[in-house]
Amino acid sequence: MTGGRSRFLFTMLAFGYAFLYVPIATLIVYSFNESRLVTVWSGFSTKWYGALLENEALLDAAGTSLLVGVISATAATVLGTLAAMALARRRLPGRMLFTAMLATPLVLPEVILGLALLLLVVSVQALTGWPAERGIATIAIAHATLAMAYVTVVVRSRLIGLDPAIGEAAMDLGARPATVFFRITLPMIAPGVIAGWLLAFTLSLDDLVLASFLSGPGAGTLPMAIFSSVRMGVSPQINALATVIVVLVTVVVLVAGRLVFQPGPRPRGDAP
Amino acid sequence: MLPATVTARRRRGDGFTRLALLLPYAWLVAFLLLPFLVVVAVSLSTKELGTPPFVPPLRLEGGVPRLAPDFGNYAYLLDDPLYAVAYLNSLKVALISTLACLALGYPMAYAIVRAPARRRPLLLTLIILPFWTSFLIRVYAWIGILAPNGLLNALLLWLGWTGEPLVLLSTEPAVVLGIVYSYLPFMILPLYATLERLDPALLEAASDLGCRPAAAFLRVTLPLSLPGVVAGSMLVFVPAVGEFVIPDLLGGTDSLMIGKVVWDEFFSNTDWPVASAVAVVLLLVLILPLLWLQRLQGDRR
Repeated sequence: MTGGRSRFLFTMLAFGYAFLYVPIATLIVYSFNESRLVTVWSGFSTKWYGALLENEALLDAAGTSLLVGVISATAATVLGTLAAMALARRRLPGRMLFTAMLATPLVLPEVILGLALLLLVVSVQALTGWPAERGIATIAIAHATLAMAYVTVVVRSRLIGLDPAIGEAAMDLGARPATVFFRITLPMIAPGVIAGWLLAFTLSLDDLVLASFLSGPGAGTLPMAIFSSVRMGVSPQINALATVIVVLVTVVVLVAGRLVFQPGPRPRGDAP
Repeated sequence: MLPATVTARRRRGDGFTRLALLLPYAWLVAFLLLPFLVVVAVSLSTKELGTPPFVPPLRLEGGVPRLAPDFGNYAYLLDDPLYAVAYLNSLKVALISTLACLALGYPMAYAIVRAPARRRPLLLTLIILPFWTSFLIRVYAWIGILAPNGLLNALLLWLGWTGEPLVLLSTEPAVVLGIVYSYLPFMILPLYATLERLDPALLEAASDLGCRPAAAFLRVTLPLSLPGVVAGSMLVFVPAVGEFVIPDLLGGTDSLMIGKVVWDEFFSNTDWPVASAVAVVLLLVLILPLLWLQRLQGDRR
């Protein structure tokens, strides 16, 4: 490699990481600013963190978000894992439609999915009277639909490395498919399944658009609360909240990283 | 020779296998396919005051089903130039953002592939990490930077590069910046995946045959990484066209984007039929790139 080229690559890499991290760094630094104004540094203070703890509306919204996150991530993980298994089958009736439906939520603008699901809920409501009102359940359905597509991608990459002969051997020895799944396949793809759950949970905690369409009275999520506050302009409380989120996420990702980035099952024929 | 029951079970599967297949399939049909059909139906309905605020195109009148689609919403979209402008503007902003993502993301992905193997997991984690933190909060960070009394203006004033604060926020470049910032990981990861698979022996062969590094890049690396370029571009372009949060927080009134139009028609004007028509047309605009991506993924299998 020539010196000029590696210098160029290094510069781009450094610039790229700075671009990704400087904005986050400014949030963290200014969350400790005593002043309400962004540009005026008037001294170190943790008062915005105190204000955060007393903000009942925000804490309620955070509770709703966590609940929706756990429900939808769990549903998305079950659905996405099963979908990944289905894709691994040699024969899959309607494979075209199935893969198309699975790929769609990955790129589809969220306003379209949000509007579509809301209109479905309203239509079902008009026909059957259920659900009585929109809220945690309807948001969770929307998030599960979005996140299952991501879980499928993650679990599938893990499944591809699996040797199908292991499952076949178990079946030849008389194991039923359910036994093969729970005792062989699932333990081997577990890191992918856990990573999928975490990803689904994060997507749910992060989503504003689907939640806005599908929430009802009294079921606002954290992003909805942040959004209405941010629309009013910059607020040091949101900076403090951002710092809390960034620290939590970093810890979880680093811990999960040890779990997930451990080497996957080796392809057949590889020396150990 | 295996017992007949075992081979049969392996071929057709039992109740568990069928359930495992049916569950995700049924979920996607119920919560992805069906909702789109409802959107199409509502886009053909007439606005009305009430709950729900529209008259469905297919209804029972005295026990007799009557089909009365209303194409007025689509006529309205053609009539008011606001919609055409918003569609074209969204495509333009998404295209510029995708190219900017590519210009920044390609060298970054290339540099990570060239980095020593033991550093790569950390470098990749650093690319993915921002994606795990709140998207909304990362967009919000730019408000503090770009605002008239924000950090960037403070810096420029302090350096003396400008005499008065520049208008940076609520502009189209701010929207492009926000999209590039938010979607950069989606560009880098597919690029990294294709570049990593590239056999270094190919470049050695090119060099042995007297090919200069720049020519080897243009004639070997770049063509072989095209699938990653296309995949990354689609992952940025398609969602960016319908993006709502970024144009709402960083954009101004002059650069209308179609995702925001859907949102406003729905939440501010409570015009569900027009919102649905806007969404249907947006979906039709995006279907070609979506099918392309689909075929690309099919080829890879």
